[in-house]
Amino acid sequence: MSLQDRLTELRDQGLADIKSADVLKKVNQVKVDLLGKKGPITEVLRGMRDLTPEERPKVGAYANEVRDRLQGAIDERREELEQAAVNKQLVAEKLDVTLPGREVPQGQPHVITQIITELEDLFIGMGYQIVDGDEVEEDYYNFERLNLPKDHPARDMQDTFYITKDVLLRTQTSADQPRSLENHDFSKGPLKVLSPGRVYRRDTDDATHSHQFHQIEGLVVDKHITMADLKGTLTLVANELFGDQFEVRLRPSYFPFTEPSVEADVTCFNCNGKGCAICKQTGWIEVLGAGMVHPHVLEMSGIDPEEYGGFAFGLGPDRFAMLKYGVDDIRNFYLNDVRFLSQFYKKG
Amino acid sequence: MKISYAWLRDYLKLDLPADELAEKIERTAVEVDGVIRPSEGLKKVVVGDVLECVEHPDSDHLHICQVDVGEEDPIQIVCGAPNVAAGEKVIVALPNSWIGDHTKIKRSKMRGVVSNGMLCALDELGFDEKLVPKEVADGIFILPADAKPGEPVFSYIGMDDEIIDMSVTPNRGDMLSMNGTAHELAAIYDQTPTMPTVDLHEATDDLADDDLDVTVEADEQAVPQYKMRLIKNVTVAPSPLWLQIRLWNAGMRPINNVVDATNYILMQYGQPLHAFDYDSLTAGKVNVRFAKAGETLTTLDGEERDLLDSDLLICSNDQPICLAGTMGGLDSEVTDMTTSIALEGAVFDAVKIRKTAHNHNLHSEASMRYERGIDHGATQTALDAAAAMIAELGNGTVANGTVIGRDEDVEPVTVKITLSRINHVLGTELSAETVADIFRRLDFPTTVSTDNEYTVTIPSRRWDIHIPADLIEEVARLYGYDNLPSTLPTGQPTIGKLNETQQIIRDSRKLMESAGLTQAISYSLTTETKARAFALHASDVTKLDFPMSSERTTLRLSLISGLLDDLAYNNARKEHNVALYEEGRVFFSQPEQVRPKEVEHIAGAITGSMVEKTWGTAENPVDFYQIKGIVEGYLKSLALAEPVRYEATTDHPEMHPGRTANIYVGDDLVGFVGQVHPTTAKAYKIRETYVFELDLAALIAAPKAHQQYQPISKFPSITRDVAMLIDDQVSNAAIVALINDKGGAHLQKVQLFDVYNGKNVPTGKKSLAYTLTYQDQNATLVDDDVTKAFEKVLTALTDDLGAEIR
Repeated sequence: MSLQDRLTELRDQGLADIKSADVLKKVNQVKVDLLGKKGPITEVLRGMRDLTPEERPKVGAYANEVRDRLQGAIDERREELEQAAVNKQLVAEKLDVTLPGREVPQGQPHVITQIITELEDLFIGMGYQIVDGDEVEEDYYNFERLNLPKDHPARDMQDTFYITKDVLLRTQTSADQPRSLENHDFSKGPLKVLSPGRVYRRDTDDATHSHQFHQIEGLVVDKHITMADLKGTLTLVANELFGDQFEVRLRPSYFPFTEPSVEADVTCFNCNGKGCAICKQTGWIEVLGAGMVHPHVLEMSGIDPEEYGGFAFGLGPDRFAMLKYGVDDIRNFYLNDVRFLSQFYKKG
Repeated sequence: MKISYAWLRDYLKLDLPADELAEKIERTAVEVDGVIRPSEGLKKVVVGDVLECVEHPDSDHLHICQVDVGEEDPIQIVCGAPNVAAGEKVIVALPNSWIGDHTKIKRSKMRGVVSNGMLCALDELGFDEKLVPKEVADGIFILPADAKPGEPVFSYIGMDDEIIDMSVTPNRGDMLSMNGTAHELAAIYDQTPTMPTVDLHEATDDLADDDLDVTVEADEQAVPQYKMRLIKNVTVAPSPLWLQIRLWNAGMRPINNVVDATNYILMQYGQPLHAFDYDSLTAGKVNVRFAKAGETLTTLDGEERDLLDSDLLICSNDQPICLAGTMGGLDSEVTDMTTSIALEGAVFDAVKIRKTAHNHNLHSEASMRYERGIDHGATQTALDAAAAMIAELGNGTVANGTVIGRDEDVEPVTVKITLSRINHVLGTELSAETVADIFRRLDFPTTVSTDNEYTVTIPSRRWDIHIPADLIEEVARLYGYDNLPSTLPTGQPTIGKLNETQQIIRDSRKLMESAGLTQAISYSLTTETKARAFALHASDVTKLDFPMSSERTTLRLSLISGLLDDLAYNNARKEHNVALYEEGRVFFSQPEQVRPKEVEHIAGAITGSMVEKTWGTAENPVDFYQIKGIVEGYLKSLALAEPVRYEATTDHPEMHPGRTANIYVGDDLVGFVGQVHPTTAKAYKIRETYVFELDLAALIAAPKAHQQYQPISKFPSITRDVAMLIDDQVSNAAIVALINDKGGAHLQKVQLFDVYNGKNVPTGKKSLAYTLTYQDQNATLVDDDVTKAFEKVLTALTDDLGAEIR
């Protein structure tokens, strides 16, 4: 048998063996048997020294071809088997991906913080600074400097917790306003501040009253601030919190520290203005109070009301949260029932 | 203030629906609480004519009436009212009618006799009992003789009216009267109101001065005006129905013609008036002064009141007879026997009346008006109008002249404002004509200069206006807030951003939430005991002067105590896995100061498991090391420059003495972490709970690490493990400190990987195991060098801490 024939025979036998190898181990065995140092192909190559110089390259080339062919077939078969093994493993590893994931505990911000943060960010975007005043304030700053002298009838609207005759728990975060006005350097530009925080009123706690709640007060003072600017700002606040599909109306009101004073109502989001229990059949929901800073307030802070003017507004995040989420009892905000707190997912 | 639409029509031509009118008032003047329609929900309530009235044979108080209700045949109705009688016109609720309180009236039998409906009293139609005249309170209401049987009853008793319930702000006291409201609406609708006129007939020969002697001792500030008129030969009787209707629709109970006249004028002019029984005065003498300490007065409501020296008094012969502007005295009250009336029309100081009303908790229609101020220019007119009305209703005569205790010149106020100022403040471009027209509609006499400066004379009825800003408000609201443009402030831009404190507070909240704690907001006010509990530093507390309840008296010194209340609330509702944090102020008292130092703190409280038991996770109740891990992770994120240290402490009586650590940053105590003392937990009604409280302000103020990139070593690290048996009392901190001390230059990290003190560990000992990691920044470490360094550590552990290396 010529060497070529022998190689052809080996090749055909080898290919058949590779094909029939059904596990990796067998493939490897075939490789060792055929292509190993002691294998038949090596043996054939060793026999080449007996060939003529003319035949030698031909047989050599053919031998290489056979070897490559076999090597190729082995690699292919190995890959096939490996792939099959992986596939088998994958099938075995199949999971019920609908089972719940392993929980990483995650807390969430209080709903009132969410509202305050949302408004803080809105106003920071408009160049406001955030101011945090003291919760225990002087009567002088909480009332008198806001044009509410002792015995002013409007003090009845705000029953107050006193520590002493002159020191109280602030009833409004606008108590920060006189301090802001005093401390601001108008040569560096307008005063634009937002004061969020806790306030206190001497109320008996029930579904709609809380001795502790929150307020956000805004104040802008500059050389040319108009009531139109106030209207635009309030509209922005209402749109931010309730969506821009609702109308905002201003109507006259009274606060001793602003003149003119207004209250802002938003179309009742529950009935779209048709009238329902939430808006007491009016179609409107009162959301904030505002006005142009009273000249006396500016004067008391040493600011010339002829040259400077501004607006102020105040709103209650508790009330907003009650309206926005349909919370029917304000005490929910301070009892911290986890079943309540966990309902408000938005991040603060 | 309840405004009757029917009454308003005496002043103005108004035919728009009441709801529209209310909306207009709300958008232009004052808030409206609602429109009341007294007949709303009532049906088939008609006039009846009692044709026959006989006693029920089986009852000692029922009557059987045959009543003409405008149908062919009279209907039979059984009625228990004592005042029912034949010939009366009555209110009949027909079968299947609806009366007050959503009550349906059906045919029935009363003691065997068929009753086809009901004869009604006013309260049965939904009248507030406080408004029903006393003389008809015990029986059915008798309608006027000319009422037509079968007609709906509502128009006869004013129930067809619509009443606009206004919530008048403190600055708009002028709208606490019909006249004031009419002026306001006249401006809104650009009409000329028909104001009431006074038709006073004084006796020519009988001088009031002869019988009345009025002196005012109080100062002019307290009593700017005090006047009286005398009305004689008055017959006190119930008022005519039209007057009663006006009063009850305005929310006042009709009393008698004299009192009703004063109340009617009060409603009309906004001027409180008081009628004294002249014969109760001593020799016609009246003096006005402040009360003296120790004096008392029994007021109309029968209460004996201890007077304060801030109370203004009306006296007769120096004996108190009336609490000025607030409530009359019982002894000088007008009764059925009264024949002569001393009628007071006065102006009292708002602050004084407010104090008296507040101190005696007496808030009347009169005091409410005085507190907000009244029209000083209308006092005489109102006094005249009331005198005329009393004389007319009581068939009396008005003595000649007004007795003046004090009078004042009411100077008109003028306010100047320019057109450009108005437009500057409002952001509008109103024309000179538009503004002038608004002042005209308001009926404010105005002159205008060539450079568009208005000089506006303010009538005394609008005492709320004295500065230009007040006029700007008038222009704005009558021009209409709806018509204002909507813009945002322009001018020099400003940078808006959170300051460092605010940013760290906000970040801290997010870190707590990411660690699995949900934000709570608890009450700052609590009991004194709870306020003092868990205080980080010893401090006195800040207490309310006059608390509302014993539960809320004192400002907190820690946040934990509020969080434990929250946990208790949840535990009581079977929520046993709770992890909360709070960020807020605590209030440390400061020496010599009332105001406390307000310090931002952040605290957490965890009970139960942070992760619920589920298919892949066992329930894993919180322990000391879990909450400490949260604190450690949080503090790490703050990048503090100085090292954080945990020291066992027994300083906090509310905390577990063996499971609490004080937390130091450098040498400063910044908080503590640990388990709530079981006794404390029991007192708060909570289960095993772990807490921490941190002085957030101190953490914000603490120096932060200067952050600089450290090149990552290219050379491999080598580790060595050491396991040791060591005395139980030796802390991990001591061991780690020693290892670090003796570890050599290349020791990078010491990691505790096992703690064991169970089986096979002798009592009083524990087994600990650490991995030490060595690395050199600049070279590959030689194994022998590491071994040498490691041996040093082992020796030190053995020698210094008595460890038995295993």
